[in-house]
Amino acid sequence: MGKINWYKYASPASFYGLAGKMIPGFAALSIVFFVVGLYIGFFVAPTDAQQGEAYRIIFIHVPAAWMSMFIYIVMAVYSGIGLAFNTRLSAMMAQALAPTGALFAFIALFTGSFWGKPMWGTWWVWDARLTSQLILFFLYVGYISLQAAIDDPRRSDRASALIALVGVINVPIIYFSVKWWNTLHQGASISFTKAPTMAYTMLAGMLFMAIACWMYTIAVALYRVRLIILERERHSIWVSELLTEGLR
Amino acid sequence: MSILVWVLRRDMMLAMRRKSDVLTTLFFFVIMVSLFPLGVGPERELLKAIGPGVVWVAALLASMLSLGRLFSADYSDGTLEQMLLCPESLSLIVLGKTFVHWMTSGLPLVLMAPLLGLQFGLSGQALWVLLASLLLGTPVLSLVGAIGASLTLGLRGGGVLVSLLVLPLYIPVLIFGAGAVDASTSGLGAEGHLSVLGALLVLALLATPKASAAALRISLE
Repeated sequence: MGKINWYKYASPASFYGLAGKMIPGFAALSIVFFVVGLYIGFFVAPTDAQQGEAYRIIFIHVPAAWMSMFIYIVMAVYSGIGLAFNTRLSAMMAQALAPTGALFAFIALFTGSFWGKPMWGTWWVWDARLTSQLILFFLYVGYISLQAAIDDPRRSDRASALIALVGVINVPIIYFSVKWWNTLHQGASISFTKAPTMAYTMLAGMLFMAIACWMYTIAVALYRVRLIILERERHSIWVSELLTEGLR
Repeated sequence: MSILVWVLRRDMMLAMRRKSDVLTTLFFFVIMVSLFPLGVGPERELLKAIGPGVVWVAALLASMLSLGRLFSADYSDGTLEQMLLCPESLSLIVLGKTFVHWMTSGLPLVLMAPLLGLQFGLSGQALWVLLASLLLGTPVLSLVGAIGASLTLGLRGGGVLVSLLVLPLYIPVLIFGAGAVDASTSGLGAEGHLSVLGALLVLALLATPKASAAALRISLE
């Protein structure tokens, strides 16, 4: 096997083909992990002694919350690379990730309130973690609307990259808010310094769901970046060739 | 350094020639705060409890609404472009402009706040803490807001957009600012909150002028 020239894929034209080849794999993996994760979540994991059946919502709630934070960090990394090396593709990737991140932030908030009603007796609590998740959602909305408001793609890429980098300061605050403010919210469910307090099957279900969400994110982001590439490069020869071939 | 002094003098002079801008922001703040008792009712205990938060939220909005003034005049007459071209540090120019923005939009609010606090029945101690927290917090609002203002320069719907970008970033200041007064009235002492506000101010002073300068270069290239 010869040495692969990775820089080749920094060009939107060659990445378009690569992304197209990768999407089915990630989509299939995502479905498999979702099925396994949901099966463990609904049938294998035991009923929680204190929280009853309602706790099962954590199998989507916790992975969604993780993903919303991860995606913001990944977006910021892509934005940083885009600003530093002037690579168009990284800006497109950041743009492609944003809606999925916002979706996960919303799912985390939505499922959280469904969990809060039976557990705390209220849909919403102004607790530090809920609030910072809400702020994260707002950051996504701000990023997306700034991106949408600027017509010139170069300025829009760079401006939204800057706001993503500014906003990423918020992500660690979200994560550490649990330790900073002692509030109603239960402590982090998984800790790397002490033994997990939950049954291993529950942990496995959550991890499978988290991987499924990862795969879903990658597949959807690649799909979206392909569309962005087509839109941005619509005046180039390879796109017009591609489109006429598709019509034929 | 001389560029900083130059920007300060120039922007201050321009602001003083248009005093109505300063007064508009101040009166927005006063009216905004006065609306709350009309909305929630005149119960003394309730007003006392929400007072610090109301004053802080109003300060946030007033500071945000005046962000448009920060760069737009210089942008539309081309001065800003010349500032970008000149060999002096753009960060210092931005810092100077932001400082004047604070002097003309933040400082009047800080001086007015104790009066409004009295209307909400805050005690003398709480008024002092409110004053201190606003004094430390409002410069952060101007500094962080400058990033949003420079990113949205010349965009359609820039005013609404800047609120989406900037208000989430204001939230830590709001939490610790309003929290300082609450902590002091509940007997916990406001030192912790005020220290965090001071830390935020130092952080903002160090980091935001560079970010705003980068944003200006992006918007004007």
